Amino acid sequence: MSWFSQTLTSSIGKKLLMALTGLFLISFLVIHATINAMIFYNDGGETFSHWGHFMGTNPIIRTLEIGLVAGFLIHIIDGLILWKTNRDARPINYAVNNPSANSTWYSRSMGLLGTLLLIFLVIHTSHFWIPNRSNQFATGEELDLYQMMLDIFQNPVVVLIYVLGCISLFWHLLHGFKSAFQSLGLNHVKYNGLISVVGTAFSIVIPILFALMPISIYFGWVY
Amino acid sequence: MSAGNMHIKLKVWRQSNTNTQGRFENYSLDHVSPDMSFLEMFDVLNEQLIETGTEPVAFDHDCREGICGMCSMYINGQPHGPLRGVTTCQLHMRSFKDGDTIVVEPWRAEAFPVIKDLVVDRDAFDRVIAAGGFVSVNTGNAQDANSLPIPKVAADEAFAAAACIGCGACVAACKNASAMLFVSAKISQLALLPQGQAERSIRAEKMVAQMDAEGFGACTNTGACAAECPKEISLENIARMNREYIGAKLSSSAV
Amino acid sequence: MATSSNLDAKIPQGPIETKWSKYKSSVALVNPANKRNLEVIVVGTGLAGASAAATLAEMGYKVKAFCFQDSPRRAHSIAAQGGINAAKNYQNDGDSVYRLFYDTIKGGDYRAREGNVHRLAEVSGNIIDQCVAAGVPFAREYGGLLSNRSFGGTQVQRTFYAAGQTGQQLLLGAYSGLQRQVGMGTVKMYNRHEMLDVVNIDGKCRGIIARNLITGEIERHGAHAVLLCTGGYGNVFYLSTNAMGSNVTAAWKAHKRGAYFGNPCFTQIHPTCIPVSGDHQSKLTLMSESLRNDGRIWVPKQKNDNRPGNEIPEEERDYYLERRYPAFGNLVPRDIASRAAKERCDAGYGVGASKLAVFLDFAAAVERYGKGEANKNNIENPSKEDITVWGKAVVKEKYGNLFDMYKQITGEDPYEVPMRIYPAVHYTMGGLWVDYNLMTTVPGLYALGEANFSDHGANRLGASALMQGLADGYFVIPYTIGSYLAKEIGTGKISTDHPEFVKVEKEVTDRIETLMSIQGKTSPELFHRRLGQIMWDKCGMARNEQGLKEAIVEIRALRKEFWKDVKVMGGKNEFNPELDKAGRVADFIELGELMCIDALTREESCGGHFREEHQTEEGEALRDDENFMFVSAWEHKAEEEWELHKEELIYENIKIAQRSYK
Repeated sequence: MSWFSQTLTSSIGKKLLMALTGLFLISFLVIHATINAMIFYNDGGETFSHWGHFMGTNPIIRTLEIGLVAGFLIHIIDGLILWKTNRDARPINYAVNNPSANSTWYSRSMGLLGTLLLIFLVIHTSHFWIPNRSNQFATGEELDLYQMMLDIFQNPVVVLIYVLGCISLFWHLLHGFKSAFQSLGLNHVKYNGLISVVGTAFSIVIPILFALMPISIYFGWVY
Repeated sequence: MSAGNMHIKLKVWRQSNTNTQGRFENYSLDHVSPDMSFLEMFDVLNEQLIETGTEPVAFDHDCREGICGMCSMYINGQPHGPLRGVTTCQLHMRSFKDGDTIVVEPWRAEAFPVIKDLVVDRDAFDRVIAAGGFVSVNTGNAQDANSLPIPKVAADEAFAAAACIGCGACVAACKNASAMLFVSAKISQLALLPQGQAERSIRAEKMVAQMDAEGFGACTNTGACAAECPKEISLENIARMNREYIGAKLSSSAV
Repeated sequence: MATSSNLDAKIPQGPIETKWSKYKSSVALVNPANKRNLEVIVVGTGLAGASAAATLAEMGYKVKAFCFQDSPRRAHSIAAQGGINAAKNYQNDGDSVYRLFYDTIKGGDYRAREGNVHRLAEVSGNIIDQCVAAGVPFAREYGGLLSNRSFGGTQVQRTFYAAGQTGQQLLLGAYSGLQRQVGMGTVKMYNRHEMLDVVNIDGKCRGIIARNLITGEIERHGAHAVLLCTGGYGNVFYLSTNAMGSNVTAAWKAHKRGAYFGNPCFTQIHPTCIPVSGDHQSKLTLMSESLRNDGRIWVPKQKNDNRPGNEIPEEERDYYLERRYPAFGNLVPRDIASRAAKERCDAGYGVGASKLAVFLDFAAAVERYGKGEANKNNIENPSKEDITVWGKAVVKEKYGNLFDMYKQITGEDPYEVPMRIYPAVHYTMGGLWVDYNLMTTVPGLYALGEANFSDHGANRLGASALMQGLADGYFVIPYTIGSYLAKEIGTGKISTDHPEFVKVEKEVTDRIETLMSIQGKTSPELFHRRLGQIMWDKCGMARNEQGLKEAIVEIRALRKEFWKDVKVMGGKNEFNPELDKAGRVADFIELGELMCIDALTREESCGGHFREEHQTEEGEALRDDENFMFVSAWEHKAEEEWELHKEELIYENIKIAQRSYK
């Protein structure tokens, strides 16, 4: 094995991959949330569609999108591999366990939260990203994503799924954000406080922003 | 002498050897003194078992003053029991209430197979140290001790990492049975000291490789290890090990 | 009992300062090619064993190391708290090799061998160098250089330390060196193995019989030399500060195969341990000697005073150490402090539920430090409460971890009520008799560290045990073993098929068989407790002829009862701590008898050995240099039969004096 694959398949290397892809996905969330938040201009989707069009057609962004898909895939696959390795490391479990005495439930449930997010991701992309890109591929035309949102979020079940997705995202980020820094070795008494505050704030703001979109549309605050 | 009057119910894991199935057995103890250590309570249990012709419970223990790292019980869902910063041998029965039921299990990890009852095999730790947890200095090679000034802060921090007793509570507590706190404590100690610099890269590479080969899990940064560590070894060491390892892999000459 | 006095310690000729250096430059060497064919067995992996195994492997010998614990890192050296002495004179306070040598001999009450102790002092500095190079994180000053503290029995600061965990850090240093050799394949490590006998062939030690404690398998291991680094035998008293597994078995088997046992009755009782809390007590925990720097020891003036310590007014307290020893006060050496505590408790002034404890009180220190803080911060007329708060903070900073440990064990807060302490067995100065080469009376069989008798005389000074263990392993045995092994290069591989291996293995298995087959009514644990009670009552801090004679009779009876009534549960071919324990207790019982015989024979008081018949009018120890300036080296002849050999102690470099701390 070359040193490179050796590194990435080691326990620390796998964590490194999770951290790097995680932070990359976090940066994606910022852009995604920012552009989607354009709907709150409540201008009939004008600003939103403007930026949506930019993201959907700009060649640089489209190239980066390949990286994004790769980032998702690596994060998901590596996560599954880690889940398997970690499960194998303890074939027999404790009969009585009191982990809440030493750790938070969400830090121990990153695999579960990640799986929920994966399910959400499948639903979410099949609502918007897949139809849009398929159509682009077939006809070269973009779909009217704004109108699609208005339609899809009329369904209360869908809205509920999205809100649940955002809640999963909150817990996933609440641990994942700080954890990524620790995995990268960035733990220093001077900056730990900052990382913690920013991480917590990020984990709250981004999912709330996302959740507000289906909610606002459903309740007709955005139309 | 303090007459014990606590009544304690125990649910203890019994297993004849590595290759057999284990099971829980229930025992009941009267006259437990709150001044007993947890292991002394087990001594009493064992005397009681011997009297009734039952084989006593095997458990690891030696110094009984919290430093050798041999005792290793998973008590009511936590390694070394409910108190912070103490080993099982330093846990006393006054931490429990009269009538309590206490469940005691061995450390559970693929890399720590059960030898008998509550005794597990922790040789994996020795092999990790043998892979690189040392400074290669033969006896007689040393220079005068004071020719190497070491900043007090670095010496203190190295000491804090070196305080690890190798008990394995970190592995036991971790949901992934990861040994990263143990391994990182040794890597940190030597990375912080000038004596450790010559082998800094190769040490990190080899120790991590051995750790992985032993079948320990990876780290999810839950912090359970540090919270349960009887010597309160800091999570910062794991971050340092990550840095050391990644840095070593990126820069060492091994291809 | 026959006696003889022709024991030759093989001390090199010449002035004391050059004995070791001359020895080193003239001792026979083994060339590297031959070293590869010579095998050495090291039993025990504490400071002496781990350092010896690693060093010999570095030199090229083939080494096998054994420990009964699950890892070599658990050896009980790990529990040493205070520090390690070395004559570095880093503090520029007048220390020297000679002073360390002198202090050690004097501290040992003139019952240690000059040549060995001087060598120990000479190599002490190298130990610190070696440990630092190996990454031991000793305490340091802000300038980055090593810090020192002072310890009992000395007037200089020569003790190196790593917080209150010096033994741990030194052992982990030695262990890491050992694991390095294990990784390189030059040491084969046998964890969870117990040595159950030595095998001598044609008068030379050629190997051991060991039991794999997991499978119960009995194994033969051959070697050209065997090193016993198996620690002390304080657990003969049942309650001691030793680890639960610490035992005399290896040394005792060697003794029964021809190795003389030196000064078995020399036991160190440490004055400041947490008292026994009940019948369930399994071991005792030390509170560092350093506490006596600030704590005042007292008992109530009234007998059976049951008030809590903090409610007894000043004028009703008896600070008996300060009263009896005004010059040294609370800082008298360990043996004296221990005896004084026992004297008060025996007289009925003890405190606590058991009445076997005295107070170690920090109230005065809290007040003194509190006022000091007020002065430092220019606070005039501070309130009493403030002084207490500040004082407690200072005490916490100095001794916080010890106070926490005390609270954890006793459930009492030592910041509020005085600590209760009582002496406890801590260290054994006696051990296998060895010559200057650390070789026992069996050629090829060595004893290192606490397992030998050599360097501490009748009383060990604080911070000297770690020094001796590492000196023996790192710097003495690598040289002295050469003088023996140089003659072994033609021997060839030791075959474990030799009839002697077969015979000894059979004896070992027979003994296990016997232990398992008795199936009596009493557990090994209960026999151990009973032995401990006899030893503590009659061969403990104070001994007398009548008591010792009674003890010998009782121990013999106990031994017979043991072999009739012991109950060992479980099987022999499995992991069986009960069987391990039974074998160890059987050996302790035999050792106990010898200790009493030795104590009875030594008609004087010296160091940790106090014979009530031999004391001054004020109750101080009375040495008899005229008749007892020798090492008692006991040869095992048969059951209940030993022959005393004497090694005369000659002091050419030190003026003998009576110790006085008044």
